[in-house]
Amino acid sequence: MKRYSVFAIAREALRYHQGWERAWASPEPKASYDVIIIGAGGHGLATAYYLGKNFGITNVAVIEKGWLGGGNTGRNTTIIRSNYLQDPSAAIYEKARSLYERLSQDLNYNVMFSPRGVIMLAQTHHEVRGYQRTAHANALQGVTTEWIGPAKVKELVPIINIEGPRYPVLGGLWQARGGTARHDAVAWGYARACSAMGMHIIQKCEVTGVRSEGGKVTGVETTKGFIGTKKLGIVVAGHSGQVAEMAGFRLPIEAVALQALVSEPIKPCMDVVVMANTVHGYMSQSDKGEMVIGGGTDGFNNFTQRGSFHHIEETLRALVETFPMISRLKMLRQWGGIVDMTGDRSPIISKTPLGNCFIDCGWGTGGFKAIPGSGWAMAELMAKGEPGPLAAEFGLDRFREGRFIDESVAAGVAH
Amino acid sequence: MLILECPYCGVKAEETELSPGGEAHLVRYGAGSSDEDYEAYMFARKNPKGVHFERWRHAHGCGKWFLAARCTATLEVFGTYPAQSKEPPADLVAAIKAKRPGWEGWK
Ligand SMILES: Cc1cc2nc3c(=O)[nH]c(=O)nc-3n(C[C@H](O)[C@H](O)[C@H](O)COP(=O)(O)OP(=O)(O)OC[C@H]3O[C@@H](n4cnc5c(N)ncnc54)[C@H](O)[C@@H]3O)c2cc1C
Ligand SMILES: [Zn+2]
Repeated sequence: MKRYSVFAIAREALRYHQGWERAWASPEPKASYDVIIIGAGGHGLATAYYLGKNFGITNVAVIEKGWLGGGNTGRNTTIIRSNYLQDPSAAIYEKARSLYERLSQDLNYNVMFSPRGVIMLAQTHHEVRGYQRTAHANALQGVTTEWIGPAKVKELVPIINIEGPRYPVLGGLWQARGGTARHDAVAWGYARACSAMGMHIIQKCEVTGVRSEGGKVTGVETTKGFIGTKKLGIVVAGHSGQVAEMAGFRLPIEAVALQALVSEPIKPCMDVVVMANTVHGYMSQSDKGEMVIGGGTDGFNNFTQRGSFHHIEETLRALVETFPMISRLKMLRQWGGIVDMTGDRSPIISKTPLGNCFIDCGWGTGGFKAIPGSGWAMAELMAKGEPGPLAAEFGLDRFREGRFIDESVAAGVAH
Repeated sequence: MLILECPYCGVKAEETELSPGGEAHLVRYGAGSSDEDYEAYMFARKNPKGVHFERWRHAHGCGKWFLAARCTATLEVFGTYPAQSKEPPADLVAAIKAKRPGWEGWK
């Protein structure tokens, strides 16, 4: 792999950019690997990367039915924060956020991490208490967040209407080192680094079956034939239930559609991320100037990558009330992703009933921010066969034992 | 837009008039059951990509719960039936089978 640098740009500028090489190879699958990861989204690619980087395991294939990053990783609104209430969540999301800080240097790929700050607005007294509690919890967890009043919110976000008729802004939970990153670049950067370690990223290859012998996985059936493996990682987000069924178990997961949309590009008007969970909408501005907007999920199982129209209306109604200046903006694009929702709204990083088969899923509406931390923890689980401290609380057994990591109340809605 | 016909009042209700209630025909396990059964009842879900049976409530209409058969991959609706049904009506199952020959049945 040729390193990207300012010198490389200068060199290529002098020769009509003829010397750039492909960022990753597209090999045909081998007969078998030490590790197969199903799903080349951010979480699957990050798992492969840290298997190589932290444990020296590089005889790895990442198998993807579509194109890499074409699932939720390439469809999300890229909010990164770690201001969760429960200790296990704060630990893994803060690990991820801190890895994001140096990810571009680590991968030698610009993932455009922009720690511009994230505000979660409090618009009811219940939310005020909830976020003050989270701020205290974060202080104990070593996650830097701050409770701020309405005047400070207005100072950070001049375009906001803090005196909305229905839900005036009563304050907010502010994480100054939260922000956004370029979603595609995160997938591409990990893919390039994995390929440079000799790993195989096999796109347009769907896993259609999981083969096992004596309770242990032996390989996967794919549209490119059987591929053997010693260990299998299932990292397929919205299709976790389908692949788990191939491996012979059922998950506490339901798949629903979550939507996002972007406006036409406008001049810079908001340099932080604002989330308004009570009215159900959130917004940030991309480097291109588009307002990036996310809303709610459908309440019913859905595998079509679009959502119900009335959610868009609800989201925009809420945001127009919160940011009156966007009322005449045109929306350019709308899309959906299939998110994997667990019973307690927390993820699963776990061993499974099938030997040598591991699963990382259930990130639902909020797993982009977790990609580096999840990959780190999943790689440790797969390399050692037992979870490390980051993954330990996220096992499948928590549903039987009633050890829920209940973030649905704490974190409100999406992302 | 999802439209389901309420089997009680006959209204063809659009989805903002309805609230979804999750997987239908779950067998209820309570105190005294095994941990496995209780966990499965509480959390394990079929979540099929294809034919699915669900509970819905005509929330902003007659207010009653009913059941619906729907395809989660195409959003096609096969039919609705009363909440008291222990299993989907035979004619509905036959109609789905005719449309989806590969479907493995409702259980
Ligand atoms: C609209 C929207 C907005 C969001 N906003 C945010 C946000 O602001 N912040 C945040 O942190 N998170 C957000 N999320 C959530 C985030 O996108 C996901 O949690 C995260 O991207 C999941 O990554 P993943 O790698 O697990 O899954 P994916 O990126 O979905 O990757 C899974 C891959 O598995 C592949 N696959 C599936 N089945 C098979 C098979 N049988 N064989 C081979 N390959 C298979 C799929 O094609 C897919 O590429 C949002 C999600 C959506 C949909
Ligand atoms: Zn009715």
